[in-house]
Amino acid sequence: MADGLSLAIKDLHAFYGDSHVLHGVTLDVAAGEAVTIVGRNGAGKTTTLRSIMGMLERRFGSVRIGDQEVIAAPPERVARLGVAFVPEERGIYATLNVIENLMLPRKINERGMSVDELYKLFPNLRERANSPGTRLSGGEQQMLAIARVLRTGASLFLLDEPTEGLAPVIVQQIGRAIELMKREGHTILLVEQNFRFATRIADRHYVMERGRIIDMIPRAEVANRSVQLQQYLGI
Amino acid sequence: MSSQVLFGQLLVGLINGAFYALLSLGFAIIFGLLGIINVAQGTFYMIGAFGAWMMLNYAGIGYWPALVLSPLMTGIVGMALEKTLISRMYRLDHIYGLLLTYGLMMFIMGTFIFFYATAGHAYPVPDELQGGYNLGFMFLPKYRAWAVLVSIIICISTWYVIEKTSVGRNLRAATENPMLTRAFGINVPALLTFGFGVGVALAGLAGVLAAPIYTVGPLMGGELVIVVFAIVVVGGMQSILGAIVTGLSLGVLEGLTKTIYPKGANMVIFVVMFIVLLIKPAGLFGQEK
Repeated sequence: MADGLSLAIKDLHAFYGDSHVLHGVTLDVAAGEAVTIVGRNGAGKTTTLRSIMGMLERRFGSVRIGDQEVIAAPPERVARLGVAFVPEERGIYATLNVIENLMLPRKINERGMSVDELYKLFPNLRERANSPGTRLSGGEQQMLAIARVLRTGASLFLLDEPTEGLAPVIVQQIGRAIELMKREGHTILLVEQNFRFATRIADRHYVMERGRIIDMIPRAEVANRSVQLQQYLGI
Repeated sequence: MSSQVLFGQLLVGLINGAFYALLSLGFAIIFGLLGIINVAQGTFYMIGAFGAWMMLNYAGIGYWPALVLSPLMTGIVGMALEKTLISRMYRLDHIYGLLLTYGLMMFIMGTFIFFYATAGHAYPVPDELQGGYNLGFMFLPKYRAWAVLVSIIICISTWYVIEKTSVGRNLRAATENPMLTRAFGINVPALLTFGFGVGVALAGLAGVLAAPIYTVGPLMGGELVIVVFAIVVVGGMQSILGAIVTGLSLGVLEGLTKTIYPKGANMVIFVVMFIVLLIKPAGLFGQEK
């Protein structure tokens, strides 16, 4: 079993240009744990993930990955610590074919899955290996976005809405891949609108509103607090 | 009109086209990757040619080593400029990069004029490539055939590296989505420095190849950048293949126009640009947005 990396965020502030988006986010994910961030659109969930990756220029506070402080680190350094990012818009490159998309992220160690294993997990990708990345269907693009980071040997996964807009069959396939990550002992931080999907995967849920974490709900309390949760999510 | 004249002009066109292709290819790589409109591309061509001339006159280094060393040196100069100056322009509008490289061009050209005046210096054709072949319909100087051949080989190799290798894959990814590419552990800032170096080294190579054909002087390459700009617009701003194919074919077209209607030769490339912009604004090989 691989050792997941822990993540500890303390009083994180982040900005898009002049607008202050995160107002002191504090959250922890233990090694090997799966945690979701839930909340309405615009709450700052995606920004939190992008800040962890170092993709936002203006940010302060503290982000620790394992025992490393990365608040000032550029994205390539964060990635090389063993952090994998699956962005919301999937980030499939149009100028790269499927196999090039798959091989793009830099390998961190030899513990990642081989291309053959990935093809076994997502058989569609094998057939489309030479197609331009963006010719794939939405579901296939999401498979590719996940397969791409499973190859690198990363052990902390930041997943931004991996099921958004996908058919239920595909959601199941994506779910299996994420469960596999979890079984392997990887750490997962998942942003998810599909709360049923989130509860299947996650040990705990952080609730985010207006750039802050306002509550934390462990898996055991989800059933009892469902009314409150629905209020948070505005369902 | 004799066939000698026609084929002679076609050859000149082909040579110019080969140089256009090298410069435009470098220009397209730099624009695609860095978003910088490198007006100084012609200046790096001059630096490449002058580098070879200086190596020969000050250090006795001949054509063959200079063919490798001078583009390499041009690339290193380019990388130093990218690190210190050009990298500051990435967050700004394209116009700032254009103005900066324009300033660099004036500065470098002015410096060379200060030390060497504007007169050209001859650079000898290497012994191995003296003479030529009589093809019956025309006389083909060996050196000119060599210059065209090398340019085409380098253009095709560059295209191959960008389209088919892992370095090229990373370059394409960094061109399309730099921030995400960094999040995949790829050092994009270093890649940009490298890309600028390669882009100007291609111009430097064209300069060395041109040295024995044209005279070496601070003003060479000055007007070339306008033509290169037109070629890249015709080919499609970021298109690698477009830069190569358009560079060669417009060079030939220019040569052809010289024989048929000499007065139009300086104009023909811009007429083509005008027509292409009207019909296919993204360029012949460009992707419509």
